[in-house]
Amino acid sequence: MLNILAQPPTDAIPTPDVAWSGLMPLLILSGGAVLLLTIVSLAKDFIPRWFTPIYTVLIGIATGVAAIPLWLRVTDTPSAADPNNGPFATLDSSFGVDGFSVFFTMLFAAVVVLVALLANDYLRREDIDGPEFYVLMMLSASGGIVMASANDLIVMFLGLEILSIAVYVMAAMHSRRIESQEAGMKYFVLGALSSAVFLYGIALTYGATGSTNLVEIREFLSNVILLNDALLLAGFALLLVGFGFKVAAVPFHSWTPDVYQGAPTPVVGFMASAVKAAAFAGMLRVFWLTFGSYRTDWQPVIYGLAIATLLVGSFVAIVQTDVKRMLAYSSISHAGYLLVGVQAATNEGTATVLFYLAAYAFMVIGSFTVITLATGPGDAKTSLTDIAGLARTRPVLGIALTVFLLGQAGVPFTSGFFAKFYVISAAADANSYGLAIVAMLAAVVAAFLYLRIMMAIWLDGDEVADPTELAAAKAGIPVPWGAAVVLVVTVGFTLVFGLWPEPMIEMARDAVPALAIG
Amino acid sequence: MEAIVFFVSAAIILAGGLGVIVLRNPVHAALSLVATLFGVAVLFIDMEAYFLAAVQVIVYAGAIVVLFLFVIMLVGVDKAEDIYAEPIIKQRQFAALAAAGMLILVALVGVAFAGDVTGQPSNEDMTISRAIENPDGTTTPAETSNINQLAEALFTDYVFAFEITALLLTIAVVGAVVLARRPKGDLQPLPDVEPSWALRKPRAVTPTEATDPSAGDDADQDPDETTVDQAATDGAETDEAKA
Amino acid sequence: MSEFLRSYLTVAIFGATGCLLVGAFVGLSALVRPTRPQAQKYLTYESGVDPVGTGWSQSNIRYYVFALLFVMFDVEAVFIFPWATRLEAYGYFGLVEMAIFIFILALGLFYAWRKGVLRWV
Repeated sequence: MLNILAQPPTDAIPTPDVAWSGLMPLLILSGGAVLLLTIVSLAKDFIPRWFTPIYTVLIGIATGVAAIPLWLRVTDTPSAADPNNGPFATLDSSFGVDGFSVFFTMLFAAVVVLVALLANDYLRREDIDGPEFYVLMMLSASGGIVMASANDLIVMFLGLEILSIAVYVMAAMHSRRIESQEAGMKYFVLGALSSAVFLYGIALTYGATGSTNLVEIREFLSNVILLNDALLLAGFALLLVGFGFKVAAVPFHSWTPDVYQGAPTPVVGFMASAVKAAAFAGMLRVFWLTFGSYRTDWQPVIYGLAIATLLVGSFVAIVQTDVKRMLAYSSISHAGYLLVGVQAATNEGTATVLFYLAAYAFMVIGSFTVITLATGPGDAKTSLTDIAGLARTRPVLGIALTVFLLGQAGVPFTSGFFAKFYVISAAADANSYGLAIVAMLAAVVAAFLYLRIMMAIWLDGDEVADPTELAAAKAGIPVPWGAAVVLVVTVGFTLVFGLWPEPMIEMARDAVPALAIG
Repeated sequence: MEAIVFFVSAAIILAGGLGVIVLRNPVHAALSLVATLFGVAVLFIDMEAYFLAAVQVIVYAGAIVVLFLFVIMLVGVDKAEDIYAEPIIKQRQFAALAAAGMLILVALVGVAFAGDVTGQPSNEDMTISRAIENPDGTTTPAETSNINQLAEALFTDYVFAFEITALLLTIAVVGAVVLARRPKGDLQPLPDVEPSWALRKPRAVTPTEATDPSAGDDADQDPDETTVDQAATDGAETDEAKA
Repeated sequence: MSEFLRSYLTVAIFGATGCLLVGAFVGLSALVRPTRPQAQKYLTYESGVDPVGTGWSQSNIRYYVFALLFVMFDVEAVFIFPWATRLEAYGYFGLVEMAIFIFILALGLFYAWRKGVLRWV
């Protein structure tokens, strides 16, 4: 056989160039997951429990570190010394490396590190099999990187599926809780339907433009005036449904409360941060970057989705009594703000979405860390009365949760304030005043939700806690070291970038998406 | 001739699709799905994509339907649910409405086309090269077989997609192994929470129950478990009973 | 009729002949054989023992994992086939790509094996 290979064939197919440096973060993360799976298979009974979380944290850090030189390269302008600077693409233009994709790569690396730290204690507490959780999480995050870097609709679909299927399994992983199984099942059935819709959208877009490659689609759309664009618009609509489901935009949000309530809490943290970020990355790449010349067609639809999402997310959240459900509706309303930024369809709007996603990822992982710790073994006591008086029984958790809730409410001196401020001002700059006003009103309504949780943890709980119980609680249930690190990092991130947002927003502005040929 | 093949296989596809949703026995529904998938394979042959047709039969009509059948047998066909029970109120009407909406949408897109095709022919190197019939009755064969063209596309434009497909399949195996394992320890008890209004079975409300909100289901429940959803439902029922 | 479809006509004729032959023999035997229905004749054959329950029974979830592994390697075969037809045209690039692909898939099988889901007891 090697003889055959050694002979230069007469009709050799030109093989695509592989720019390994651009693929490096993805290779580290997915290769790390595959390697962990190998280790688990080879030495299933000889792996100490501390190994897998530390391994995952190290892989996450390595992914983030590998992204740094890439970031410096793609955000630089080409010069005589470094002609390779600037965005580039590899593997026949199917994998783009630009500031946008590298920004998301770093975000996913951070999410993997934080959730791995948090999950360590949780999995031990709930007696869930360890290594598979980490393997699936790393693979899911690499699906997110693929989505944020995809220059091809097929690649984006595969990224979406890698991201989602791993999360379906993770949502159902608490096999002794029937709600967890239910959450996995619901998420899977509805998610599979939305994937099918998304795939149909790809097919229609391919039919209308003759290519699945985003670079070629954009060139086609900007060079050719379609006499009849019904097929293309139907493709837009179906693609938007697919993304809308993943970001939990109204009316495709119905899975969110049940899944957030039932799934294991660290998984919910991952879902709310990484899955949402990846879906928005894909949405921006496809709609803003590729279909940019048709923005007058899709902007009004996103306008409507944003208003519905903001209103439903804010108003329905108020009447909930379960903290995880409350945060599920809160995540829906956050999707609304992010859609406000997408709707602006400007570079500034894209930058504000990136800032918002980064700020929100840290706040929401922090929130679910507190809830993981506060609800105790069983993962089922998540109603508002169960965490009443938390700030007095466990002040550290209470204060941390307060910071995250204030951040999500958009109170000044938190990163959440700037996130909302930037998104709304981007909408106003794009002359979407109505949307900006609705977003501000929704922020006021949503503040009520966060206030309710805060009141529960600070003021309520006198009647439940008898003195001996309170004293025992105050004596302290120690916060596990992994979760403590997560809390320090997320609180720090929320406060530091709340006081000093410039570096982060500058980074988000540098991370403009670009479609490169390569 | 192509047209005849198209209409015959289209009829098979539609009949199979109808069978899937109409047949009572899930196993029969799955077998009727085979007819649909087989019809699609014939359509592929009609378009000279014979490798795709083979794949369609091998993977879909073969493997995927076998998987379906395993799942059906796993759930147990003998435990068929009463299909006249409506878990969601008026679900049939909603389903009919949704189906009508889809039909209208498809018709609108069809009308909007009005015969002209938008878009460009796909890339030169991506187009399936087909045999051409010459006017004098001879046939010019296709330049390369479409399996070779498929292979070229797979290892040039779509090589990255090809590699990450492996990751996807591995996730599927890991997920199946993880979820198929027997849970350690006992299952946690079901929470004592009422289903939301949409999933509730309609239940006769007696006047005493309706006027006194403390009577009925919520009386014996832990007050902590009472959700606002339930309160709203009880309110709605009260209104119904009064009306 | 195009040349291409005409070559499939053979397949159609072959299939039709098969159906016709089977139908003819079954129909013929139905005509000539005596018909004496008995309840025992309609029982499911279970090695001579009286059958228990119905023909439909719930199967074990283990079968599902087998079926899934089968689907996975079915898909793998679909990818390998076009690759094999043009092996020489891809050279080492194709070899490496396919090796990575098969390695990752084989790892899934290896994992399932080590987790003991392939064992039958």
